Amino acid sequence: MATEAHAEGATGYIIHHLTSLTVGEGFWSLNLDTLFFSVVLGALFIWFFKMAADRATAGVPGLVQNFVEMLIEFVDTQVKDSFHGKNKLISPLALTIFCWVFLWNFMDLFPVDILPLIGSLMGIEYLRVVPSTDLNATFAMSISVFCLIIFYSIKVKGPWGFAKELMFQPFGPWLLPFNLLLKLVEEIAKPISLALRLFGNLYAGELIFILIALLPCYLQPVLSFPWAIFHILIITLQAFIFMVLTIVYLSMAHEDH
Amino acid sequence: MSINATLIGQMITFALLVWFTMKYIWPPLFDSLEERKKKIADGLAAAEKGQESMQLAEKKAKGVLKEAKEQSSEIVNLAQKRANELVEASKDTAKKEGERLIQVAKAQIEQERQQAKETLRKEVSALALQAAEQILSAEIDKTKHQDLLSKISNQLG
Repeated sequence: MATEAHAEGATGYIIHHLTSLTVGEGFWSLNLDTLFFSVVLGALFIWFFKMAADRATAGVPGLVQNFVEMLIEFVDTQVKDSFHGKNKLISPLALTIFCWVFLWNFMDLFPVDILPLIGSLMGIEYLRVVPSTDLNATFAMSISVFCLIIFYSIKVKGPWGFAKELMFQPFGPWLLPFNLLLKLVEEIAKPISLALRLFGNLYAGELIFILIALLPCYLQPVLSFPWAIFHILIITLQAFIFMVLTIVYLSMAHEDH
Repeated sequence: MSINATLIGQMITFALLVWFTMKYIWPPLFDSLEERKKKIADGLAAAEKGQESMQLAEKKAKGVLKEAKEQSSEIVNLAQKRANELVEASKDTAKKEGERLIQVAKAQIEQERQQAKETLRKEVSALALQAAEQILSAEIDKTKHQDLLSKISNQLG
């Protein structure tokens, strides 16, 4: 990809913006920009919430606590709506996913050239600032969720119960291969759809910002501003969808048929 | 855009974030929320209880007030009655006292009248005696009519 990025003109500009800062070769390479921004945003999330948690009182809440509690309450409502078992992991997991994905997506609202420009001043050639436009980030999250789905399915239903569910549903034992195939596709579709949905939305959004940035400067604000406002909706919605689907998948894993 | 080891790095980061949230962020915040919920519920319950007891107290106060009113009107009635009695009694006393005073005055007047009568009588008799004496001294021999004179004098005295 690095060779393509040297192309000239608009194509070159777009490719440059969508190329990660990578070290290493083949599979064992790392997208440093994705990792860096994810960790920084994760740390921001942790720092903010830890601060609120340390100051948490049952009395009159302050501004930070109010905001954090609003989020907590929101996540808790979502979890209680679809998940009826007892699991100490699901609510914190949902909160982390919502906040982290939201912060990832929020990077999309920075003007597309600012951070790469700062990076280039510091000698960094490529910089992709939105972690959710990197398949690695979205797949990492969805695969983690997938592992949790499998883990809880086996834990709640037992290995045999889970295997039975895979083999005998939905059409009964006589169509076992067909059931198995259907179930496997269903299970595997979960992480793929989760990851690709988030990635696709944000990648397309970022691409449109880059395309707008290619237009003459008097046209840019006219298009960029409404798209950014629309994007505020999208980034929140995508974070929300990722969270809710995670909750739903995990509650499905807890349900015994 | 290819999948590479970043995936693993991201998964580790994600796992750490979830672990941290589960351990240090969710429980205190959620507990404080629950605690506040409980506090508010308690407060509301207490307020309701307070209102109830206030109503009860109001009812009680009304009862007490009513009783007090009744008692006070009774007292007023009694006092009026007593006052009437007192007025009657004092009227009676005054009447009696007046009558007594009149009696005393009458007695005194009678006494004084008696005294005046006595004095008058004495004076008249003295005058009469004097006049008689003068007449008699001119007309009657004293010695001759000694008996008669003394008789008259006695009768007058």
